Amino acid sequence: MIEVAHLTKRYGAQTAVDDVSFRCTPGTVTGFLGPNGAGKSTTMRMICGLTPPTGGHATVAGRPYRQLPNPGREVGILLDASAQHPGRTGRETLTLAAQLLRVPTGRVCELLARVDLPAAAARKRVGDYSLGMRQRLGLAQALLGEPRALILDEPANGLDPEGIFWMRGLLRDFADRGGTVLLSSHLLREVEAVADRLVMIGNGRVVAQGAKDELLSGAGMRVRTLDPAALQAALATAGLATAPADGGALLVDAEAEAVGRAAAAAGVVLLELQPGRARGLEEMFLSLTNGATAPEGTAR
Amino acid sequence: MTVTAPVRDIPAVATASHSPIPLWRLTAVELRKMADTRSGAWLLGVVGLLAVAVVTVLSLTADAPQFDFGGLLGPTVLPAAVLLPVLGVLSVTSEWSQRTTLTTYALVPRRMRVAAAKVLAALALAVLAYAACLAATAAALPFAGGPDPWHLPAAALGKAGLFLVVNVLLGVAFGMLLLNSALAIVLYFVLPIAWSILGEMVTALARPAQWLDLSVTSGLLLEPVMTGRDWARLGTSVAVWIVVPLVLGLIRVSRREVK
Repeated sequence: MIEVAHLTKRYGAQTAVDDVSFRCTPGTVTGFLGPNGAGKSTTMRMICGLTPPTGGHATVAGRPYRQLPNPGREVGILLDASAQHPGRTGRETLTLAAQLLRVPTGRVCELLARVDLPAAAARKRVGDYSLGMRQRLGLAQALLGEPRALILDEPANGLDPEGIFWMRGLLRDFADRGGTVLLSSHLLREVEAVADRLVMIGNGRVVAQGAKDELLSGAGMRVRTLDPAALQAALATAGLATAPADGGALLVDAEAEAVGRAAAAAGVVLLELQPGRARGLEEMFLSLTNGATAPEGTAR
Repeated sequence: MTVTAPVRDIPAVATASHSPIPLWRLTAVELRKMADTRSGAWLLGVVGLLAVAVVTVLSLTADAPQFDFGGLLGPTVLPAAVLLPVLGVLSVTSEWSQRTTLTTYALVPRRMRVAAAKVLAALALAVLAYAACLAATAAALPFAGGPDPWHLPAAALGKAGLFLVVNVLLGVAFGMLLLNSALAIVLYFVLPIAWSILGEMVTALARPAQWLDLSVTSGLLLEPVMTGRDWARLGTSVAVWIVVPLVLGLIRVSRREVK
């Protein structure tokens, strides 16, 4: 549905996006992760034909974006919620889009309700909106044309925790109905909760991508015990490789059962035994944020 | 993970007909965008008030009824001709300064179509404003009319309309070239002043000004008679100040990265 092939963007000597390739398929939510300035927004603008790429190409629904006859009916775009005319009311902003998309005006009310913007708020000018309200308005605008795909850049910015929860539900629901979602974020937690696939980008390059479960399971099991030394010895005896993790825990490259059996055999009390997933990705993400190179062994 | 949000009916997978957006629809939306912002509404309101004020003052303060339709129409059109170009400027530049280009060009990626729609919308705005000016003039005629109040030669009718059109297009062209509200508006207002000052100070400029100062050459349209030379002067300045900026602006708009 959304296909990105070798997209590259250079500004003079600086390379903002470097050979980025991935695809988003119907029924999935793809999280596009990376620290600020990693090239997420530039990539998304190139997908939407707003920024001409230096190299590579992108297609939406099998066509370059600019060749879609009426793109708003194919893909809903929210690239920057604050990029709205402050002197226009929220309802008017949606009405304009509705006229372009040739959807009935009644759908404007429907969507205002869908994104929980009350009528009083819709009558106010966008200049008086909070960032959270602008995100809701932008999402309503993206959904207006009944698209089959969504491209959202940092849609959770400015939303309160309840709003973020609500947005996750909306996106999950959209994908479960066969829609394709690409959303970016600089917060791992935010994307992890809703995405099926992850594309992680740093300094313009893709450093990891794949199914979320696969990517996150690379780190094995995280185990914490009352007696780390004894557990480590037991695991070594069982032939399981370990690595120290934060909080005195160990990361074990094995299934939960193998770790549990080794601990039981040694009579060691376990306090915690869980997939060490998020941490692996989080560490990689943090290292990206710090400008260091990505850890090895990650899927490219 | 699943979130049990209240599921309202929203068709994520739709089979809508995806025909391109026709130009007239795009134009109608652009016209609406000129009037639906706070600044747009204010500008239009001020233009209307000024037009009414001009008509009222002229018809009430004239010592003896002296105006015919054609004579009163010129002054009535003037406020619109001065201020509507600002709407033409903003129609283009506000998209870039407010970054609504992110939405506009996402919905209509063919930027030349958007630009064409903006030019057409500016023309439509001029026509609508002209109709309103005609109505206001007609309403004031009984009070200001001279011996033959309804005298309105077809040429005068056309030229006053063209005057408005030329000015509004000038605004669009400046906006397109500069893509910056403040710069374009200031230049639009300062340029005629600069011409007249320079034309008086530098004698060598006086003659070119006759051909290049659009505020002078377009003013000819409000004179009762225009010679062939006058039309040539108007054409020259229109080419320099409207056609050239418009073409350069179109190139600029088509290439500029939208952020």
